[in-house]
This record gives sequence, C-alpha cells and structure tokens, in this order.
Amino acid sequence: MADGHKLEIFRGLVKFKSNTQKIWGVLAFLTLITAVEVVLGIIKPVSLTDTYVLGMKLINWIFIILTLVKAYYIAWDFMHLRDEKSSLRRAIVWTPIFLVIYLVFILLVEADYIYNVYKDGFVSWNF
Amino acid sequence: MNSTVTTGTETSIWDGGNQPLGASYGKLMMWFFLVSDALTFSGFLAAYGFSRFKFIETWPIADEVFTHVPFFHGNYPMIYVALMTFILIMSSVTMVLAVDAGHKMKKNAVTWYMFATVIGGIIFVGSQAWEWGTFIKGDHGALETKGGRILQFVKADTGERASLADFAASIPDDRIIHERKNGLWFYQEPTLTSVSLEEVVEGFKADSNILIRTEVINEEGEKTLLDRKASLAKLAEATQVVEGANLIHNEYGSRLFADFFFFITGFHGFHVFSGVVINIIIFFNVVIGTYERRGHYEMVEKVGLYWHFVDLVWVFVFTFFYLV
Repeated sequence: MADGHKLEIFRGLVKFKSNTQKIWGVLAFLTLITAVEVVLGIIKPVSLTDTYVLGMKLINWIFIILTLVKAYYIAWDFMHLRDEKSSLRRAIVWTPIFLVIYLVFILLVEADYIYNVYKDGFVSWNF
Repeated sequence: MNSTVTTGTETSIWDGGNQPLGASYGKLMMWFFLVSDALTFSGFLAAYGFSRFKFIETWPIADEVFTHVPFFHGNYPMIYVALMTFILIMSSVTMVLAVDAGHKMKKNAVTWYMFATVIGGIIFVGSQAWEWGTFIKGDHGALETKGGRILQFVKADTGERASLADFAASIPDDRIIHERKNGLWFYQEPTLTSVSLEEVVEGFKADSNILIRTEVINEEGEKTLLDRKASLAKLAEATQVVEGANLIHNEYGSRLFADFFFFITGFHGFHVFSGVVINIIIFFNVVIGTYERRGHYEMVEKVGLYWHFVDLVWVFVFTFFYLV
C-alpha cells in the first residue's frame, strides 16, 4: 500500500515503508542541512572563506548548493512533485530556473560594472 | 512522454473532463500562481543581489545585524533565525501530514494537523514581527556622514561594539521634540535621538578608548577599524546621529540593506499571514465536515501547496539575507 506515492529518496538509496515515514525522514534530512548551514555560518572556517571559486567565496557556494538541495526536497516530497507526471514537473521547475538564471546573470554583471565605476570612476560617494 | 494521455472515451474533453497533466484544474491553477509568485520573489532577491554587488565592499555583515534572541541577553548571531526556519519547516511537515491523512479520509487527524500548522504559522509571523521590532529599534547607534555613510564605534581595549550612551558626554540642552499641537501649521518632527551629535563628538574626544569603525570591509572580511587619529578626522564628517533603522536611515550600514530587509521579509511575512488565514478557513471547513461530505480532501492539498511554497521561499530568503 503506497497510495500512489513514490517512497524512495536519494535515487532509491533510502526506501520508506509509508508516506508518513517518508515525511519524517525528509524532515530529518532538512533539519540536518539547516544545522550544517547554521554551524558553518557561525564558525565560518577560514579555509572556506578564503577560497574563491568563480569569483565567490567557497562557503557561499556551499550555502547556495545546500539551499537548492533543501528546495528540491521541499518541492519533491512536501509539494508531491515526485508523484506528478514528468511533463508537469518540468514545466513547473524549468520555467523559473531559466528565467531566474537569465535575470541574475544580467543584474549581477551590471552591478559589478557599477561597482567598478564607483571605485575607479570620477564618482565620490564615501565622504 | 506521458503528457498527452487522454483517458477513456466516456469523459467529455471539451467540458474539462480530461486532465492532460494528471492534475486537477484547481491544483494546476495553484501551480500557475506559485510559479508566477516564485518569479516575483526571484525578482526581489535578484534586485537585492544587484544592490549588494554594487556596494560589495561596504555591505553590512548579517551576523553583526541579527544577534538577538528573545528573553536572552548577549550576542547570539543566527540562532533565532535558525529556530524560525525550523519552526516553518516543522509546520510544513504537519501540513503534509494533514494532506496525507486527508488522502486516507481521517477527519480527526486532518483537524489536528491543520491546527498544528496554524499554530506554527502564527509563531513564525510573531517571530518575524519581533525581528522587525528589534531591527527598527536598533542596537548600538551610529553616526551618519554627509555622504550617507555610517560610522560605528568600538571599544579599543576589548574590540566590542560601543553604544552611543556608553561614552556620549552629557550637555544640557533645551531642545525638545516639536509637536504638532505646538506648531503654527501642521508641522511635526520625528522623535529626537537619545543623544545629540555634539554629545557624541564631545564624548568621543574625551574617551580615548573609543575608535571608529567604517563600513568598508577589509581583506579579512571584517569592517575596517580606524586608529585614534583617523577616527578623530573622520568624526568631523559626521552630520547626524542614527539610532535604529528605517527606510531612510540605517545604523547597521547601507540603507539599501534595510530597504530590502523590510521589502523582502515583509512580502514573505505577508504571504505567511495570508497562509495562516487560509489555513484557518480550511481548518474550520474540515471541522464542520465540508470535505468529508465532498468525498475528498483536495482543498487541503491545494492550500498545502501554497503553505509549502511559503516555506520554500523562506529557505532562499534565509540563505541570501542571513547566511551568504
């Protein structure tokens, strides 16, 4: 008896007996990730804050990736996207992802340019 | 691809009888709304990223802004907001348990899980309000320069932040708040700061243990601390005292930080508030047996989608406002 729910997470690595059990399992996982984020945010290991990957601190990449992991499990298991048809799932997920990547790319590049204008240009703002 | 399955010939295609994506009309419309709402929030967060990259060297450090926990004194960065995150995830769990119980037509279980969800939502909104109150009230106070930059104060011996009241001189002054009832016309002014600019300047000159900290972030990722001589020179540029934060002045640093804080957490808090209201309506519908008579609890599922979405957005707000 599975009520039409898919009861596997981590690509079948962990299997649950019922939907209720899966919910608690996902909660434990989300709590663990949040705890890791908070601990990293408080101690801020120097090895992670001093390493830059693609212009951003490694620790910030870790935070963003952990956030996306959390978002995945909320959408897939709490919002039941795992049980929806793949076409609906793709329509819901890829539309915002495409638009957001586009918007973020444009805005951040532009902001970096303005930062350089403030820094090197003939604009005085720190007075 | 399983998207174009048309079930059975007996369903009427043109009367909305078929479900091409396997989801009911109501659920599909909820997803339409959630995707567009997700884009709205993304717009806000991307704008936040824009302003932050623009002032990347002077942006406030969230750990130094949100340091309070209700009923506890001291410096606890992140702890309370992490607790709020957990409360919201927990209320998401009770919601999904309510949906699960609804599938099994267990009315009592749905009732109690909905009740728990509403309580979780109320606690979260209350925490949000408290967080706003703390942020608006301010912590140590600061000075603002002509160019709108913020100067904060640090005790030289301990390296701790110094509040304005710790060192400000006491200069007798007759200046009182101009109230509307005393005005010739309908003019009034905002609340005066607890110490005046002269008091801060005089107190600073008298106390050699106080140094100025500017907004600029140095190589170590900390705010730059000026030495005593540079501090005195910088002090001459100050034009006013700032205590707390609003849309125009912000003692924690860049005013844009406060603006985005109010807009994004405010917009999210509004979502949580409306989610709580909708959950309460659904709760009473469950209690009076509306869905029991209808034969299914799909309404709980649809509202559940909205509630999880609110949780999902918070996960991102938490990362970009408090962690990164």
